[in-house]
Amino acid sequence: MEQSFEDILGSLSEIRKTAQELREILLANLVMVGEIPAPTFGEDKRMEFVLNRFKEASITKNSVDEVGNGIGILEGKENSGNVLVVAHADTVFNTKVDHTIQIQPESVTGAGVADNSLGLAVLSTLPTFLEKLDIELNHNLILMGATRSLGRGDLEGLRFFLSNFEQPIKAGVGIEGVELGRLSHTSIGMKRGEITCRVPEEYDWSRFGDASAILTLNEVINHINEIRLPQRPRTSIVMGSIEGGSSFNTTALKAKLQFEIRSESSGMVQDIHRSMEEIVTEVASQSGDTIHLDIFAQREPGGVSFSHPLIRHTRRIMDQLDIAPRPGPSTSELSAFIDKDIPAITLGLTHGDNIHETNESIEIKPIYTGIAQIIGTLLAIDGGYCEEA
Amino acid sequence: MEVIVKKLKNWIDDNTYHHSQFWDLKKLVEKKEKNGLTISLCLPTLNEEKTIGKEVIIFKSELVDRYPLLDEIAVIDSGSDDQTREIAANFGADVYLADDILPGLEKKKGKGENLWKAIHQLEGDIIVYVDADISNIHPRFVYGLVAPLIYREEVKYVKAFYDRPLAVSGSVRPSGGGRVTEILIRPLFSLYFPELTGIIQPLSGEYAVRREVLENINFPIGYGVETSHLIDVYTKYGLDAFAQTDLDQRVHENKPTRALGKMAFGILQTFIKRAKALDIIQDISDFNTILRQTQAKDNTYEQVELEIIEEERPPMIEIDEYRKKFNRSMD
Repeated sequence: MEQSFEDILGSLSEIRKTAQELREILLANLVMVGEIPAPTFGEDKRMEFVLNRFKEASITKNSVDEVGNGIGILEGKENSGNVLVVAHADTVFNTKVDHTIQIQPESVTGAGVADNSLGLAVLSTLPTFLEKLDIELNHNLILMGATRSLGRGDLEGLRFFLSNFEQPIKAGVGIEGVELGRLSHTSIGMKRGEITCRVPEEYDWSRFGDASAILTLNEVINHINEIRLPQRPRTSIVMGSIEGGSSFNTTALKAKLQFEIRSESSGMVQDIHRSMEEIVTEVASQSGDTIHLDIFAQREPGGVSFSHPLIRHTRRIMDQLDIAPRPGPSTSELSAFIDKDIPAITLGLTHGDNIHETNESIEIKPIYTGIAQIIGTLLAIDGGYCEEA
Repeated sequence: MEVIVKKLKNWIDDNTYHHSQFWDLKKLVEKKEKNGLTISLCLPTLNEEKTIGKEVIIFKSELVDRYPLLDEIAVIDSGSDDQTREIAANFGADVYLADDILPGLEKKKGKGENLWKAIHQLEGDIIVYVDADISNIHPRFVYGLVAPLIYREEVKYVKAFYDRPLAVSGSVRPSGGGRVTEILIRPLFSLYFPELTGIIQPLSGEYAVRREVLENINFPIGYGVETSHLIDVYTKYGLDAFAQTDLDQRVHENKPTRALGKMAFGILQTFIKRAKALDIIQDISDFNTILRQTQAKDNTYEQVELEIIEEERPPMIEIDEYRKKFNRSMD
């Protein structure tokens, strides 16, 4: 007999309980996967671990593809189509950072535990959860640890898979460690890039005092600040990070700004990009320094509406689990799905702190609710409740 | 001497493993069950709240729930005043205070005491001891040590060592233990127990041992426990009772040199006691138990006296409660 949506809602507390019973298996996976460093473009060892977990769960269809994605396919009872669950495997930390994880009764701490070792650990444990819950889906469930997601990776792993997987995908669910309540269903337009300023190595005494890449970059930043941003469509320029110079007493020869342009309108993103190009050209000609603007990642705005059945049913699942939903746009995996017109959402698992610091931490207890929300959503998708009429 | 060299070479070839040789846990568990063995893990603790949770979780998930290699995970605690016992219990370990085990005996404090009492408290045919302060904990710390005991009946005592060639070029590379091992234990063994020099890391705190061996050897309660084990097992059962497994890297906090001095002093006491009993060293008077270290204060130097007495527990088989619990007799 088909499971009604009300049945799914009714089963959520049992799913949460089972998730709690499997705590040690989940946390062990979190430790083992999280202690393997995985900077963007260096995720291979992590993927090896994830794939071993898939193999141990008797997932016979498993492989690593050309860009390093780790994929396992749990075959469905009926040939109803495919649902993709994805967690990005890369973190913002390089291999030299201490990746040791500490576990306390209420929390887990360590570089990358929230973004996104927890997401990947839950993905690796999902077959065990489903087996324990005796859940067999009608659809094929594609589990994917995605590589090359962050920064310059620009979602290359997921994009590659979606471009090359030959069968249609009915829906996508992205898993992120934090924040529980996150319900991302749209992507905003975005361009991500760097502006690099360089001054010549030879010291020019005629420019005594101002021949610094930092000053040139400062000039660029001042001009960017003068760009008028509209209130509608909502638009912003995120000044993410700056770096430059090497010591107290040496003139900085190089300085770099990392930024993102974000807007609900792709035209606005394009306009700001053009303005920045003009600023770079102008400051370069005034200062005589070399300034380079490099855009290496972009997203088109789009997504499914707030009233789409996928969002509506996910919200009801969250309500049932007492999760306060926070719908909104994101620049995560979602946009790769949007580019392919696949309805998709990104969900968070728990609450976290010190995100992207080496003492990044997550709370353990909310994870069970986060997992119940994901399995509930998968059941709703599988039952056909998330498709537009 | 040539005989010893040859024997040692053969022993190293035959009895030295790398944990990766035992990656197939399904096969290992099948063999354990076929042999009807039970295995207990003992984690001796004193204020290890930072690392204990992770150790318990990893071992329980991988070696109890996923592959039932371990029959029990027990923390034997010396009386931590942090959250060690609560955290270990929370994540599913059996937690005991060392003082509560065999309460009729006089109370003593030390890691060796916890290890000795584990023999009485734990049920396994094999007990594997793993230190609780390892931050890069992994299931290999257990399966790498118990596997030789499961696959080879004649092996009785498996010791861990940690070594990891990052690149193998075929050239010679020094391989060994820590500072105390290289400047105290290895010279002593070279002089008096040359066969034991084949053991790469004699002081490592991780080892797996059969119960029938554990119950028949003494346990110094302080620093000398590993050294005494090696000498006692060697003299009772010979070199072939030992095996050793490379567990790759072990990350833990390094001890300051001054603390190593205390450790070396305790070990030396344990060693001399045995050397006298075995008649290897004669004419040595009873030794002093005061370690003297010098420290500079302002412009003067002063001596710090530390009393380090290496007390020993007798073989567990000599304890009445133990013989009763495990239905054992002295012969």
